Amino acid sequence: MESKGYWVPIALVALHFVIAAIAPLGARSLGRRIFYVCAVAPAATAIWAAAASPGILEGRPVDASLGWLPAIGLEISLRVDAFALVMIALVSGIGTLIFVYSVSYFGHHAGTDRDLGRFASRLTAFAGAMLGLVLADNLLVLYVFWELTSITSYLLIGYEDEKGSARAAALQALLITASGGLVMLAGFVLIGEAAGTYEISALLANPPVTGLAAVGALLTLAGAFTKSAQVPFHIWLPGAMAAPTPVSAYLHSATMVKAGIYLIARFAPVFAVVAGWRPLVLGVGLATMLWGGLRALRQHDLKLLLAYGTVSQLGFMMTLFGAGLGEATHAAVVLLLAHAMFKAALFMVAGVVDHQTHTRDIRRLSGVGRRMPALAVVGTIAAMSMAGLPPLFGFIAKEGAYETYLHADLAAPWPTVMLIGLVAGSVLTFAYSYRFVWGAFADKPMARQRKQVGASSPAPTWAFLAPPALLAALTVATGIVPASVDHLVNAAAQALAGVEEIHLALWHGFTLALLLSMVTVGLGVGLVWVREPFSALQERWGGWPGSQAAYEWSLRALNVVSDRVTGVVQSGSLPVYLAVILLTAVLLPSSALLALPRVPGPSALAENGAQLLVAAGIIVAAVSLIFSQRRFISVFLMGSVGYGVAVLFVLQGAPDLALTQFLIETLSVVVFVLVLRFLPPRFSRRPWRLGQAMRVLTAGAVGAFVFFMALIAGGSRPDSATPVAEEFLARSIEEAGGHNVVNVILVDFRGYDTLGEITVLVIAALGVAALVVASARRDGVADTGDRPDEDRVDGTGPADARQELGAQVGAEVEH
Amino acid sequence: MRSSLILDTVTRGAFPLVLVFSLYLLFVGHNAPGGGFVGGLTAGAAFVLLYAGGGIQRVHEVVPMRYENVLGAGLLLAGVTGLGSLVLGEPFLSSAIVKWHPPLLGEIKLVTVLFFDIGVYVIVVGMVIALLTVLGAYGDDPDRMPSMVDRPATTRRDRRGIRRTRQ
Repeated sequence: MESKGYWVPIALVALHFVIAAIAPLGARSLGRRIFYVCAVAPAATAIWAAAASPGILEGRPVDASLGWLPAIGLEISLRVDAFALVMIALVSGIGTLIFVYSVSYFGHHAGTDRDLGRFASRLTAFAGAMLGLVLADNLLVLYVFWELTSITSYLLIGYEDEKGSARAAALQALLITASGGLVMLAGFVLIGEAAGTYEISALLANPPVTGLAAVGALLTLAGAFTKSAQVPFHIWLPGAMAAPTPVSAYLHSATMVKAGIYLIARFAPVFAVVAGWRPLVLGVGLATMLWGGLRALRQHDLKLLLAYGTVSQLGFMMTLFGAGLGEATHAAVVLLLAHAMFKAALFMVAGVVDHQTHTRDIRRLSGVGRRMPALAVVGTIAAMSMAGLPPLFGFIAKEGAYETYLHADLAAPWPTVMLIGLVAGSVLTFAYSYRFVWGAFADKPMARQRKQVGASSPAPTWAFLAPPALLAALTVATGIVPASVDHLVNAAAQALAGVEEIHLALWHGFTLALLLSMVTVGLGVGLVWVREPFSALQERWGGWPGSQAAYEWSLRALNVVSDRVTGVVQSGSLPVYLAVILLTAVLLPSSALLALPRVPGPSALAENGAQLLVAAGIIVAAVSLIFSQRRFISVFLMGSVGYGVAVLFVLQGAPDLALTQFLIETLSVVVFVLVLRFLPPRFSRRPWRLGQAMRVLTAGAVGAFVFFMALIAGGSRPDSATPVAEEFLARSIEEAGGHNVVNVILVDFRGYDTLGEITVLVIAALGVAALVVASARRDGVADTGDRPDEDRVDGTGPADARQELGAQVGAEVEH
Repeated sequence: MRSSLILDTVTRGAFPLVLVFSLYLLFVGHNAPGGGFVGGLTAGAAFVLLYAGGGIQRVHEVVPMRYENVLGAGLLLAGVTGLGSLVLGEPFLSSAIVKWHPPLLGEIKLVTVLFFDIGVYVIVVGMVIALLTVLGAYGDDPDRMPSMVDRPATTRRDRRGIRRTRQ
């Protein structure tokens, strides 16, 4: 069904990429105000979504579709339903605030003289990719946008690319999320093939029930777990804090890390019944929630504390969406909204603190709360929501989660296990929320040797404070009047799991859930009380080999294996490479040729004398090539063979081929001549003659193979079939408007092939150029400047990354 | 490389002729022998002539772009042509035919794949320039290998005019 405004969602996604393309140019004249221009794209999206929301909330989603490769069922189809509206609120609503916040963040910041345009461009491109991801209604389109967010995230984490630790963290995030994404793609293909469609709405309405589809569903979990930083793949998220704070607030708390959650939310209502789904998703989610909370209590960097808090909260969401139950889904949507509001606000607050005091280390910050009371109020409100205190929206989310698992329709031990886990996780959340507020704002009369900062730092401007303050105000408003989001949450849960309406309320009376909340707060206060011995205990536990070690080990193993494989495969001998390529080309197809029942004989050896004459010339040139001693003569003879073939094309009436062949031969000779200047004039005359015999044999085999191949291919058309050439000729004028069928085939009928070929051509040309330059440099010919660090800067190879990761991120993050 | 007066003069005269012929091949390609690949090769041959007459400097004077950028521009043009048909609501890379009849000139027919073909042409030319630059210049003067970082017109200035060499 196509509504009237069907093109709008596609245009909105495209708008992001257009602005991303022009942002680097605009930044030259606008400076950091370029972020206002970039904000137009998410703001327009949010406004359109708000305007379209009445119909969508009534259950009439907006569909948009554009053929990409309709022949294989690949269409750019987007669908805006109620849950997509929730995601747009995060991606575009919070996105707009992030862009506005960035204007202040990059004022007087250490990064001012960096190329802001590049940053703004990447951030806008990310916003577009993320919007596409949450709107995609086709698995393959979703996958494309999914990987686009991974790539833009990579570029944004590595924004300060002169820092080795930032590059290593960016690479780690990319490797982990992209490899999970590949596994997910395999899962998508299994599901899509089993369902017979890649359209998400269609296959969720009519889910495939085969075993392969079940395997596919479990494979997609790999993508969701890596993207949403679930244990044991969570390690990239703290590393990603190397990015500027707007990126942390936007990608690594509000949006991109929720992509995995989003996927689970879509799939769980259908696939949760698959054997293994619930134990896996609920188990991993719970482990993530607890582990992230424990780790957060050990951090001294405000952003790292929040990063582990995000890991914990993502696990929380996983436990709710993953169950695939109506009420749990409802609670999860509330948590999704609540988390986006408080965590984005907290990151922005941390960014303000960092910007004003130039540190995020809670052991050095002191007196910030007195100096910046407004900021402290905003930060405290957001942290209280995270801790789940009334009357804030986070409290309602946590109540909903408890309520769900108090009477969840699950097998026996699960509800109890989940409840205990959720309470324990929430206790940890309470404790690290306190740690954040205390760490950022409190006066600390401690006897630390470190220089304390904060009490004398300048207060932030109102423009800087406004975005987090707005989010904090929303947290309060939705907490006190939860009915305001009732309609949205219900419609979203309805779109996902078809659940009956549940009304949000701050006060449910004296229920079991309220009791659990009180227990949580009580235990949380207790944990805050014993925080010193508790962190001492954690220090003693720490240091066991974790995911980071596994990641480093696997990178090292990959290097070792590729070293060995390269050593075996790449012998460095050009004749061996050529022989391998040519013999493969000969042996594989000719074994198929031998299996043919009969080989048609040639209809005629030649059609006229001219052909015979030219052929004789070619043969003479080819045979003399074997006996040539001088390189230049060899090149000349090879060129003669090529020209001879071109003459044959002329005689056959194929001017296009002949023209191409003549030019290629000419340029080949020129390139050979350019290269010959570096080589001795004569071939080396080694006593060992076997090598030459092998070459002659190989060349002869290739020649014989091509001869028979041409013969058989020409004569093996079934008599009944019409030649494809006739159809090409017939369609070339009316469909492609061209009389030269060769050209029409190249640029139209087989345009995709040509696009691939010219891409290969470009890569090959760049590769050859780089090799020549590199070898010249290695020979010491033109090492003009001393660049001791050039190799390090140029090659962010796994080896560098591994060392830097081990040295920097590992040390900073895990310990 | 020693320069020869005769060669120099001949190439100066021949280069524009061959280049025009290559453009002719490019534009008639849809209906007569030619096309982007053949046209690009012909233009490549023209640049080889230019190189033979005046060395790599002459080539860089005519095309004051890094060969990486030439290659990239061609690929971008070919790719964008494909996307263009998407904007018009057709599948990727499908061609459209536009005809109009200006006075005196008769019918002018434009097939959108021409832009795709121009992309191919630019890529082939870029490839030849790349080979001439790295192989040719190195052989001319092995002491002055043009590296990827310091070739003429490769250092960029940022908006405050400070030289930024990409490292």
